[in-house]
Amino acid sequence: MLTLLHDINFNIEAGTSVAILGASGSGKTTLLGLLAGLDTPTDGAVYLDDHNLNDFDEDGRASLRAELVGFVFQNFQLLFGLTALENVMLPLELAQAPHPRKTAEELLSRVGLQERLHHYPNQLSGGEQQRCAIARAFSTRPRCLFADEPTGNLDSETGKRIIELLFELNSEHGTTLIMATHDIELSKLCRQRIRLKAGSMLDNEMD
Amino acid sequence: MSLSKKEQGFSFYWYTSWRMLWRDWRGGELTILAIGLIIAVTSITAVGFFTDRIERGLQMQSAELIAGDLVLTSGRADIYDYIAEARSNDFRVATTQQFRSVVLADERLQLTEVKAVSDAYPLRGVVRTSDTAFGDDEATTGIPAPGELWVEPRLLQLLDLEIGDSVDLGTSTFTIRKFIRYEPDRAGDLFSVAPRVMMNSADLDATGLISTGALVNYRVLIAGDSDRIVKYQAHLKQQLRAGEQVLSVEEGRPELNTALKSAQQFLGLAALISVLLAGVAVATVANRFSNRHLNTSAMMRCLGASQDTIIRLFTMEMLWLSLLASTVGCLLGILTQFVITELLDQLVLKQLPPPSLQSLVLGYATGIVMLIGFALPPLLSLRRVPPIHVLRKDVPTRPPSVWTVYLAVVFCMSLLLYWQIGDLRLVSIVIGGIVATLAALASAAYLLILLLNRLRARVGVAWRFGLANISRRPGSSVIQIVAFGLGIMVLLLLSTVRSDLLDNWQSSLPDDAPNYFVINVQSDQVEKIMENFDEMGVVKTKLYPMVRARLVEVNGRKISTSDYESERAKRFVTREFNLSWAEEMQPGNELVMGQWWRQQDHNKPLISFETKLAQTLKLAVDDVVSFDINGSLMDFTISNLRSVDWDTFNVNFFTVVSPGVLEDQPANWITSVYLDKEQRKQLDKLVREFTNITLIDIETIMQRVRGIIERVSLAVEFIFLFTLMAGLAVLYAAIQSNQDERRFESAVLRTFGASKKVLMLGLFAEFTMLGALSGLLAGLSATSLAWLLAEFIFRFDYQFDISVALTGLVSGILIVVIAGLLGTRSVLTTPPVQTLREGRA
Repeated sequence: MLTLLHDINFNIEAGTSVAILGASGSGKTTLLGLLAGLDTPTDGAVYLDDHNLNDFDEDGRASLRAELVGFVFQNFQLLFGLTALENVMLPLELAQAPHPRKTAEELLSRVGLQERLHHYPNQLSGGEQQRCAIARAFSTRPRCLFADEPTGNLDSETGKRIIELLFELNSEHGTTLIMATHDIELSKLCRQRIRLKAGSMLDNEMD
Repeated sequence: MSLSKKEQGFSFYWYTSWRMLWRDWRGGELTILAIGLIIAVTSITAVGFFTDRIERGLQMQSAELIAGDLVLTSGRADIYDYIAEARSNDFRVATTQQFRSVVLADERLQLTEVKAVSDAYPLRGVVRTSDTAFGDDEATTGIPAPGELWVEPRLLQLLDLEIGDSVDLGTSTFTIRKFIRYEPDRAGDLFSVAPRVMMNSADLDATGLISTGALVNYRVLIAGDSDRIVKYQAHLKQQLRAGEQVLSVEEGRPELNTALKSAQQFLGLAALISVLLAGVAVATVANRFSNRHLNTSAMMRCLGASQDTIIRLFTMEMLWLSLLASTVGCLLGILTQFVITELLDQLVLKQLPPPSLQSLVLGYATGIVMLIGFALPPLLSLRRVPPIHVLRKDVPTRPPSVWTVYLAVVFCMSLLLYWQIGDLRLVSIVIGGIVATLAALASAAYLLILLLNRLRARVGVAWRFGLANISRRPGSSVIQIVAFGLGIMVLLLLSTVRSDLLDNWQSSLPDDAPNYFVINVQSDQVEKIMENFDEMGVVKTKLYPMVRARLVEVNGRKISTSDYESERAKRFVTREFNLSWAEEMQPGNELVMGQWWRQQDHNKPLISFETKLAQTLKLAVDDVVSFDINGSLMDFTISNLRSVDWDTFNVNFFTVVSPGVLEDQPANWITSVYLDKEQRKQLDKLVREFTNITLIDIETIMQRVRGIIERVSLAVEFIFLFTLMAGLAVLYAAIQSNQDERRFESAVLRTFGASKKVLMLGLFAEFTMLGALSGLLAGLSATSLAWLLAEFIFRFDYQFDISVALTGLVSGILIVVIAGLLGTRSVLTTPPVQTLREGRA
């Protein structure tokens, strides 16, 4: 059996922003997946909002995610069969939130896509797709937002604007932001930085 | 432990699943699934509606062979007690009385078969009459008027009379008014020696012929609405008293039954192949659909959807799809059967009962079962997609267990087959056959792929790329080859073998099949009759001897009706057998058990029995049977049992003995001949020269059987169109099945600088090889399947034809290359950057 992560121990305060920093293959994405409850560790425990994720079965963790967590991915992960509006509406519909269409429209306007509501992902540019993904991530007002290399697939100018948007919305919603990145400049925007190397934690630095 | 979660309400599932359906439909994900379902449901409902209607229609038509839908028969007049009840049930009723009596004309006597008929006779079919003995006949309405007789031509020849002459029957005098040329319900006693005389039953009492103890066959003919007739028949069967029998159409004419049965088999087979093929198409695309939704499911899991939520949503989506597709299929099915019946209506059938709604239920059930059986298992695996899949594509997803998928498919196939066939044993055989065929195809495909791999080193880059594509994904290549192979096999069956099957069926009753029986020929007339036939230009004639005999002992023990339970056995014990003799077995007969006699066995008392009769009488090879022949007892050892094809209208015998045993006995000779219109005109001369012989015209019955075969062949061809569409759907689905992977790989190759030409050549090589492999397998399986069908189901000889395999090979390459390149042109036209950005699906 291959150990992917070991000797990792840290706390994240509610409302803060955290960068998980490391080179490719250092275990950032795996750690992010564990923190978000997408996977469970073979050893050790992850607590999310005082819930030990090990105590939940997969459906329990799904329910927890629906309630607490939002995601932004490197390759956007928009569903190709759905329009921008429908992509943002999906988590709202799953959570049975009231007025999903209205909320989604407002969020898409907020990220500047009010003219692109009915476009499909392949009709949107990379930056627009990521804006749509961010609108989706915030649609259920998650307490905690996980972002995996959110600018990894974007040019630097677009990436910069996406990060600005992400941080703006983060502060507007008072969300805890946990972001995996290999970009040191980007990590400096966060209040806490956890550096990984070959699956173990090098340091845990806080501003 | 699970967090207290919000249970999703039905409205959520309802709303979301419809939206998913709409989105997937818009995205083109469901087209083939829907097309597959629609083809299956359309063909099953069209055939269901159609066979149901045609069956009832044909039953009405064949009812004329017993002159009604039901016939009650008895030797006693109290069978007429049922008339009042039948009438009160709103059925139409007619009666006949049949008996033998002597007709007297100027002191010349002739034994006749008298039939007294009541007003409405016949309830089904028509009597055809003529004014001259062998001239043109016409359908006649009505029955003989009181005081008049209609007679068979040979009566007038025997008594040297003409139309308009008078004869005495009993104590009454009648005028002969017409010749009877065809009598619908005469079929049952074709070989009665005495000529027919038909009279009005109102005249019967006055003749004084029906006295107590007279041997009279009383019949009550009943006709009415087919559904109610079936119920009434069941009701009657419970009421019958000793000596009373109820006959229905099925029991009326065995050769018609065979034609109807074959018709249903053909239609059922065509529909079933469509359904199973459509199932293959559905299963193939369902797999791709499931793969393309891995991400959606993982994403939904990320967003908090539970496994149940996902599975319920996909199940409901599929349910809506199957309901919608089934509705379209049922509507198309109704439309299709109207088209077919309209077509056939104008050809022969005057009226058909309306379609019953049962087939609709079958249509919806087929749609739902198919989608659940063929598409759901791959979809069920979506619930197990780990949510981490959205972050890390390398995390393996657990595909559904192969056994689950196959078992579900086999189970659903069996269910559908059972619905259609209704015979568990046959279903097991068919399913076993299909599974074995698929396994054989898959193993052959796998072996061919291994062989192909060896070629790779010897070919250029484009071909290497193409061949590598096949051998790199052996699993999906095997599936593709089998799917292509199935599609091509059906196309082959349809284009080459189908016509063979139908032609063979039609030629089982060729145009020159015998249309006249000549009976009652005496031994000393045989040669002269043959000479006469030669002069008339009649071909293929052979006269067969018959010696009347009664079975009295089996293995030295006297037998009686009480020894047997079955009615048929009892009848055989009381009736006379016609023993024939022959050196060779007749054409159309097949040896089932024992040995046919050799030269040295001639003169030994050996006998051959028809196998079903032997079963009825519980006889076996080596049993000794004793016959009373003209007052003396003769023992015969059963040397063999034969099966007899009774549908050919050739002369056949239940019992044949070895030559040299019965030649001294007084024999009657019989033959069946085909006479064309010109030859028929010379019959007059024949019957005047040989006044004792009897000619029986069976042309009308044969026309009817031939008509059924022709009409149904047309319908079968129509239904096979759906099979053809299903075959094409399979081909399309097979091409689509790894489209995404192919597109991604091509994009990667193009980024490395591969030209469109190289990619095109690679695809060409891949499709050529896939086409060749599937075409070859398809050709071989098509001929084998056709042989199996001919041998075991439709029972006629099928000639193996190597050209079918070659056609398979060539058409396989052509079809797969053309369809493949057309289907994958987006691989070449989609900009690689777009494909790469979308990622590997």
